[in-house]
Amino acid sequence: MEWVQTIAVILDSAIRLSVPLLCAAMAGLWSERAGVVDIGLEGKMLIAAFASAVVAFSTGSAWAGLGAGILASVLLALVHGFAAITWRGNQIVSGVAINMLAAGLTVILGNAWYGQGGRTPPLEGAARFPDLTLPLAATLRDVPVLGRLYEEAISGHAAPAYLAFLAVLVTAYVLKHTRFGLRLRAVGENPAAVDTAGISVAWLRYGAVIICGALCGLGGTYLAVSQSAGFLPHMIAGKGFIALAAVIFANWRPWPVLGACLLFGVFDAVAIRLQGVIVPGLGQVPVQAIQALPYVLTVILLAGFIGKAVPPRASGLPYVKER
Amino acid sequence: MSDAPAPAIELVAISKSFGPVQANKDVSLSVAAGSIHGIVGENGAGKSTLMSILYGFYEADSGEIRVGGKPVSIRSSADAIAAGIGMVHQHFMLVEPLSVVENVVLGAEGGARLKAGISQARTELARLAQDYGLVIDPDAIVGELSVGLQQRVEILKALYRGAEILILDEPTAVLTPPEADQLFALLRALKAQGKTVILITHKLREIMDATDTVSVMRRGEMIAHVRTAETSPAALAEAMVGRRVLLRVEKAPRQRGRPVLEVAGLSVRDERGVERLSEASLTLHEGEIVGIAGVAGNGQSELLEVLAGLMQPSRGVIRLGGAILNAGDRTPSRLRRLGLMHIPEDRQRMGLVTAFPAAENTILGYHRDPSFGRGPLLSPSRIVAHALAGIEAYDVRPADPTLKTAKFSGGNQQKLVLAREIERAPKVLLVGQPTRGVDIGAIEFIHRRLIALRDAGVAILLVSVELDEVMALSDRILAMCGGRITGERQAETADEKDIGLLMAGVGEAA
Ligand SMILES: Nc1ncnc2c1ncn2[C@@H]1O[C@H](COP(=O)(O)OP(=O)(O)OP(=O)(O)O)[C@@H](O)[C@H]1O
Ligand SMILES: [Mg+2]
Repeated sequence: MEWVQTIAVILDSAIRLSVPLLCAAMAGLWSERAGVVDIGLEGKMLIAAFASAVVAFSTGSAWAGLGAGILASVLLALVHGFAAITWRGNQIVSGVAINMLAAGLTVILGNAWYGQGGRTPPLEGAARFPDLTLPLAATLRDVPVLGRLYEEAISGHAAPAYLAFLAVLVTAYVLKHTRFGLRLRAVGENPAAVDTAGISVAWLRYGAVIICGALCGLGGTYLAVSQSAGFLPHMIAGKGFIALAAVIFANWRPWPVLGACLLFGVFDAVAIRLQGVIVPGLGQVPVQAIQALPYVLTVILLAGFIGKAVPPRASGLPYVKER
Repeated sequence: MSDAPAPAIELVAISKSFGPVQANKDVSLSVAAGSIHGIVGENGAGKSTLMSILYGFYEADSGEIRVGGKPVSIRSSADAIAAGIGMVHQHFMLVEPLSVVENVVLGAEGGARLKAGISQARTELARLAQDYGLVIDPDAIVGELSVGLQQRVEILKALYRGAEILILDEPTAVLTPPEADQLFALLRALKAQGKTVILITHKLREIMDATDTVSVMRRGEMIAHVRTAETSPAALAEAMVGRRVLLRVEKAPRQRGRPVLEVAGLSVRDERGVERLSEASLTLHEGEIVGIAGVAGNGQSELLEVLAGLMQPSRGVIRLGGAILNAGDRTPSRLRRLGLMHIPEDRQRMGLVTAFPAAENTILGYHRDPSFGRGPLLSPSRIVAHALAGIEAYDVRPADPTLKTAKFSGGNQQKLVLAREIERAPKVLLVGQPTRGVDIGAIEFIHRRLIALRDAGVAILLVSVELDEVMALSDRILAMCGGRITGERQAETADEKDIGLLMAGVGEAA
């Protein structure tokens, strides 16, 4: 049963690696389904990672860190909302600005406050999220294959990770089965239809942008307070952009987004595991090639080789009343 | 006075400006409850704007709105809906990827969870289907429905919200004649139920047939209110345009020249492989107008598109000026250089980029013409000068070439397309629905232009769902049904009934 163990370990690390992607991708999905393109996911996660690490360090509470991370990210999301919705500005420009702002601000503040090259001091004890053991994990571990996978891969993650998976469930339900979800889907396709149905386009979009901010906050906090033990400059390292790729790859639908994020997580986990391994005949495995796979797959998808990516029709367009 | 029922709608001194354009000037209107009230006026007269103000889509700069005698403040569509007003917009307000029932409940979901509201809407839709004959599949995806059915969804949306007052902005511009008949039957049924209907249309026949009273707008002002029974199409036309309008087309006998466009055995398949045009053969001569009569969706659009190089034929030969067009020639830009111009049926989807200023749309497709630029650069001043000439010649209002095209009224957008293509001195002109949504003054103008082109030797192929228009303009008429050309008649001897039968595919052998 050696291979079961190997798969379980890879899966466990894939889940860990996909949690931040999942948060950011869900965030992007909310925003884009409402018609607001957000390439500032990266920046919002970064500011959340920083804020959560700072607050977790100073209060000693990981949950306080989570609150701070979400708050910081939502504030930044509101800046984007203000530019995109109220001022009808260019959403790409605003997103880029937010990424630059977050990258600069976190390093400067980090340096000023702690003088450790932008890092925050290491978090210990209650300032980090502990790994949770799911019920029955110990009992089931002897059930062949499934029990083992449950114990090794599914159980044993920190609370924010489970929240991220919960977010997928909630998103899928809300979009499909609630009034808010229906309106949100409609506003991303044809805001004028929503307006003439007597609903405020701006409030709906602000709602979506705030949810987007909260989810980015969750993802950033997970990185700094759970996966690592503190904030490192530029620690998001492009995950906000891979998340956008996952959203496109999944055609803006929640469950496929989960699938895409897990797939991208598996690529990452495999790449890490194969680091330095010599495969007979091939030589050293080109790890970078595996890490580039999410982007490559997305480009192939966009080129129309696997299915077709159809974005919400009004995404990226500010709403102006006219014919 | 005391026992006269209050009017359903009263608008008092409404004014509205868009920047320098005053769309409504001190407009007043009163509509009796339980009546059908028509509004006519030239393109850009301000009809849609006035109705959009009543529906809360735009806010008036000044003025008052009263519903059922009581002043109301309508600052958003939600207020209008609450006041019992429903509107079917000139350009539909539907969410295409959603289903019919989802579109219907949007904004009136009846609770935070959808389930109850949706099932209630299904019951209600079934009832409306029974009461008014508005049958529709509630689970159909709106984007996949025909225009006629999409309009039905818009009407159902309004009725579902309990609208007592229904505004329809040019509802028949996109309908086939039988669909239009159905619509008017529905409007009469609504009236019989005590509902009030406001109908905007450019077709005076519809005003005469369906309405009780009618108001005329011109250049933002309300200039007349009359009872329909006491007026005539000619009088209305004169009031609208401010001069006498010829409702009939006058043309000299044709001087038919050499054949320029010859089509033999042309067939077209759509993406799904369904044959939309079968074995069409026709010849177009210099100096004649050949009209295609047919109910929309019987292959006319495909015929136009394949001749314009927008679709590729699956079989058949096209000759232009005697030479066979091979695949390399059948591209829009090449065809245009060969003198074949095209006025597409759907101006917003194919004729214009509505986000561009009007001036840029007047050179669309001709942007390589050296007279619009210097070397590789376009020259904005020359483009604007060119646009101004077209705007003047076609009386486009407002005469502002820098205005974004989406901000022009529908009829004025159409004039921009016409100006662009006609002024290019075509040899062959393909024309689809040239007067859709265009006011009668402009129709007269466009018809005269087309006749003048024909007299100058241009070969014109005209596709229109308006049989009247086809009959009036054409020298020869081809009827189409189910993708086939079912018959040909000389216009002088053609008879409307006979062509109607050909359009229905009956009497094909004759
Ligand atoms: N959003 C807008 N911005 C700027 N100008 C506008 C806007 N909407 C309408 N206008 C202008 O207001 C005037 C009235 O337009 P409106 O659409 O009400 O005309 P209409 O009578 O409905 O014409 P049509 O018969 O062609 O539909 C036009 O000159 C139009 O260009
Ligand atoms: Mg209009």
